[in-house]
Amino acid sequence: MPFSYLSAPDVETALRAVADDEDTKLLGGGTNLVDLMREGIERPAKVVDITRLPLGEIKNLPDGGVRVGALVRNSRLAADHLVRTRYPVLTQAVLHGASAQLRNMATVGGNLLQRTRCLYFYDGAAACGKREPGSGCDAIGGFSRNSAILGTSEHCIAAHPSDMAVALAMLDAVVEVRSVRGTRRVPIAELHRLPGDTPHVETTLATDELITAVELPAVPVAANSRYRKVRDRASYAFALVSVAAALGVEDGTVTAARLALGGVGTKPWRATEAERVLLGEPATDEGFLRAADAELAAAATTPHNHFKVELARRTIVATLRRLVPDGRDEESTI
Amino acid sequence: MEISLRINGSAETLEVQPQVSLLDALRDQLGLTGTKKGCDQGACGACTVLSDGARITSCLALAVQYEGHEITTIEGVDHPLQEALVRADGLQCGYCTPGQICSAIGMLAEHKEGMASAVTEDDEVDELDEEEIRERMSGNLCRCGAYNGIVEAIKEVAG
Ligand SMILES: Cc1cc2nc3c(=O)[nH]c(=O)nc-3n(C[C@H](O)[C@H](O)[C@H](O)COP(=O)(O)OP(=O)(O)OC[C@H]3O[C@@H](n4cnc5c(N)ncnc54)[C@H](O)[C@@H]3O)c2cc1C
Ligand code: SF4
Ligand code: FES
Ligand code: FES
Repeated sequence: MPFSYLSAPDVETALRAVADDEDTKLLGGGTNLVDLMREGIERPAKVVDITRLPLGEIKNLPDGGVRVGALVRNSRLAADHLVRTRYPVLTQAVLHGASAQLRNMATVGGNLLQRTRCLYFYDGAAACGKREPGSGCDAIGGFSRNSAILGTSEHCIAAHPSDMAVALAMLDAVVEVRSVRGTRRVPIAELHRLPGDTPHVETTLATDELITAVELPAVPVAANSRYRKVRDRASYAFALVSVAAALGVEDGTVTAARLALGGVGTKPWRATEAERVLLGEPATDEGFLRAADAELAAAATTPHNHFKVELARRTIVATLRRLVPDGRDEESTI
Repeated sequence: MEISLRINGSAETLEVQPQVSLLDALRDQLGLTGTKKGCDQGACGACTVLSDGARITSCLALAVQYEGHEITTIEGVDHPLQEALVRADGLQCGYCTPGQICSAIGMLAEHKEGMASAVTEDDEVDELDEEEIRERMSGNLCRCGAYNGIVEAIKEVAG
């Protein structure tokens, strides 16, 4: 995988380098890109190292939000005091991803743009329209235990792998992006695309755009939030199903609800249907289950991943129950 | 490209291609073969070294990215955990051991700094019990299954 390397001393140099040549890739922590280059899946002619750019700060915003530089390492994001107190769901989501070594390397920008772990995407001998546009999809009808059940298309059913992005979707984070053309702000819901008939086009970013920061708006209900991840082993594995949730309850009634799912969507999945059902309902297991069912009604499954529907229902209910005041130790009523 | 690194306290200058990992540079160019290559994909932790005190997997690190950083490999480690591992039978073949030791040193520093883990409840970072150690060390696999001894040794030096 020969390529040329440039360590960008400032943002302008990095922006010019990616604007000049489409075959140039930005390099954050490298934990995804280096692996994909070694596998021959990514073949940039040039790599621009952005880890020396001054985008590594976490700042308090005047409106009660938090601004996170794109080069903040995942471990620093999770450990930040503002993040831990205002958005515990984000700290937990990050800590549930990868390993401590990888979190020390991985950056916020790189985490958002990490690519799928679909087995066939990694297997050069397999048909995969995400890797080779138009070549088909061996996951459909193949080994699809890890694949998505929401947002899939007949061209691609790959699950989005990021834990952090699920929490960011729940929090309505805004991604700040720069290019030689200027700066724009992309709501997280509009960053990742559904696969449709172009699974190789994964985001709404142009190849010459640099993520400079992620802004978290003030979300008061997020002080009562959690991330729960179910996987094939207790630690260090990608999600089969994960749930990011925040809940406000008054007199037994849900007054605020935010929910997002990982492991089941082709993009970080904001569960807006479920949120609609939750609002104003009693904060009970039965209510939570109705919300889960409303979201999962659209699920399209394969024989290998059909179990994710039931797993997601139970995980949604279990996560929400823990967010009900005094509900954490109660037994399930369903 | 020519790069300078500080490795185990001494300044090193080496000539590397951009695609060369820090792991390969350490092993093949500097002869520091204590750091092991297991998966070369970030998945096993055998290649763990410390960069400015933080544990990283050197297989996914391009050497050129670490210009100017202070790298510590097992050859530069002198830590009570090493004796503790021997006492606790924390190894069999020993292949994962250098990575386990570097990882544990990084982990103890993270804990001391008050960093939580995925099993820390309500954000209260307490002492390192077995569950905390297992979670915090989950990036290091041991094919011989010497986990019980590894956890015991870490517990001994942590407490
Ligand atoms: C063994 C293993 C297990 C893992 N387990 C998990 C898990 O359980 N959960 C999870 O969520 N993740 C997991 N990961 C993935 C890990 O979180 C990502 O690899 C990491 O977050 C990527 O960040 P990075 O900075 O290293 O990205 P890089 O590899 O540097 O970059 C990734 C992509 O983002 C682009 N990019 C990087 N920064 C920017 C920027 N600022 N602007 C524009 N483009 C940019 C790069 O060009 C590249 O295309 C795992 C990885 C490994 C190797
Ligand atoms: S699911 Fe998507 S990534 Fe996986 S083989 Fe099909 S097209 Fe490729
Ligand atoms: S060799 Fe680096 S993690 Fe396995
Ligand atoms: S002692 Fe053999 S792999 Fe751990």
